[in-house]
Amino acid sequence: MSDQKPEGGAASPDVVIAARDLTKRYGKTSVVDAINFDIAKGEVFGLLGPNGAGKTTTILMMLGLTEISAGRVSVLGFDPARSPLQVKRRVGYLPDAVGFYDHLTAVENLAYAAKLMGLSMAERSQRIVAALSRVRLLDVANKRVATFSRGMRQRLGLAEVIVKRAEIAILDEPTSGLDPQATLEFLDLIRELKAEGVSVLLSSHMLDQVQRVCDRVALFRTGKIVMMGSVAELAVQVLGAGFVVEVEADGAGIARRLAAIPGVGNVETLAEDRFRMTADRDVRPDAARAVVAANGALRRLSVDEPSLEAIYAHYFQASQSGGVRDAA
Amino acid sequence: MRREGSAFQGVGAVFIKELSDNISSVRMLMLELLIVLTAMAALYEAIIALRQNTAEDPFLLLRLFTVSQAPLPSFVAVLGFLIPLMAIGLGFDLINSEHNRRTLSRILAQPIYRDALLLGKYLAGLATIAISLTALWLLVIGLGLIFLGVPPGGEEIARSLAFLVIAIFYAGVWLSLAMLLSIVFRSPATAALVALGIWLFLTVLWPMLAPAFAQMISPPDPRYAALGLDTPDTAIWTQLLQRFSPNDLFGEAMLAVLSPTTRTLGPVFLDQLRGAVMGAPLPFGESVMIAWPQTVGLIACTIVLFVAGYILFQRQEVRA
Repeated sequence: MSDQKPEGGAASPDVVIAARDLTKRYGKTSVVDAINFDIAKGEVFGLLGPNGAGKTTTILMMLGLTEISAGRVSVLGFDPARSPLQVKRRVGYLPDAVGFYDHLTAVENLAYAAKLMGLSMAERSQRIVAALSRVRLLDVANKRVATFSRGMRQRLGLAEVIVKRAEIAILDEPTSGLDPQATLEFLDLIRELKAEGVSVLLSSHMLDQVQRVCDRVALFRTGKIVMMGSVAELAVQVLGAGFVVEVEADGAGIARRLAAIPGVGNVETLAEDRFRMTADRDVRPDAARAVVAANGALRRLSVDEPSLEAIYAHYFQASQSGGVRDAA
Repeated sequence: MRREGSAFQGVGAVFIKELSDNISSVRMLMLELLIVLTAMAALYEAIIALRQNTAEDPFLLLRLFTVSQAPLPSFVAVLGFLIPLMAIGLGFDLINSEHNRRTLSRILAQPIYRDALLLGKYLAGLATIAISLTALWLLVIGLGLIFLGVPPGGEEIARSLAFLVIAIFYAGVWLSLAMLLSIVFRSPATAALVALGIWLFLTVLWPMLAPAFAQMISPPDPRYAALGLDTPDTAIWTQLLQRFSPNDLFGEAMLAVLSPTTRTLGPVFLDQLRGAVMGAPLPFGESVMIAWPQTVGLIACTIVLFVAGYILFQRQEVRA
């Protein structure tokens, strides 16, 4: 019974995590309320939302570390509630504000985790050295973890995921509390994992970082997924259009020509020679062609990519004011 | 519904890590120093007393454990008092420190069950105490050989080994209690204070309170009092109540095992002693029979406290 693949859990062989009506209740309050999502192999998927929205609880249910109240989740075809060891053997987890044994060195900490993974002694030492060099901690490998900075600890946590050779890496708030330089380094490491074909599930409330690495995101709000898709898709959903292109060019009838480009929502004339278009895709090449075709002199062409921050702020403001109206 | 895999997977790794942590910790060093120094002082007094007393005693080695010379209590009494301190010192932050260091979710995300973590930590604590007590036991026998010059007989070794085993179970009770408190209380300081409070209550206050409660339950008969005797009912109640303290169980078991002349641990009527040769030692097997209920009591107490902690830990949320 335990090793059987749950039927209907994985719709396609590429889906590594599938949640169906996944629910966690404490008493009568639902912390996670009937959420559905699929994560494809090799994808970087972001769970984002304010603190307390149910992100960590969702992650713990996927690892079998907390009981599922209703619904189901399948991780690599296994049910974490029934076969937690199978799931935990294949999934690496970097908890929020990960902790290590301060009196042990980096190598000793990893060796303990590797022993719990059931790796042999030779395998352990070889994998640990490789992992530490990848996260650039090899020179402090024999220093006690007590002396490590926050960024080094996070990287050590990622080294543990690498030692496990996990098929899925679940990273809970991996960049919170890191300085900008450490954040950039960490995001690079996440991209490296993705390049190796590891599926990454990332939870965060740091929106610009999520935007930089995630293929798709799910927006959490009080235990529900309110939106899901790529950042561009969400921008179209929430902001109406995803891309804002500004054109600075001289010439007759440019505004008209710009408005005729397919995908352009509207064109604002900011000044005699400056126009702002909103579009659902990056229309810069078309805009350039349009200006040139009108014999205009193109001086500047810039694009504001849709920012997750704007989407997020827009969505939550809208729903909040909606909530106030409902209450009144 | 069976869960897959073994609940014991990873116990070995946890056990070895915790054992090496325990043995190399400063805390353990302090506890060991405290116990060794106090025990040595008690032992030294006992050796002085025994050397002056040349009366023939077939169990000279065992007397080392039990002889007390004012102002110091006997070696066994010192251990009865200090073993709980050692167990509490090792156990009060067993689980809550993992929460506070935020290592718990990372460790439990490895392919092990929670059982392995709890059991590995418990066994490592018990093994640490067992190693210290065995070292202490060897020290006593060695000092006995050097200063008394009498080689111990087989029965003496058997009895002192029984002492060692019972002492380890006694430590197990307190370690289970400390572990339970470390699961219940998130703050190690609270867990330590509550554990020390229970320890002081059971070893210092309870022996004084038990007779008072016994007199409330079964008031002493004035006819016995007029004869200067204890009322049997009151005495039985006193003993019954006192046995709620593991300290008392340990003391009684030690009395039976280490003093071969002990025939009974409760009050007896004179007619029950008819035919007994007073002062003659009992065979080892008989002494163990007398100590057996107390030993079982200690083992049962260990198991009950461990299971309570186990159930709480299984139901506890991993996140801080």
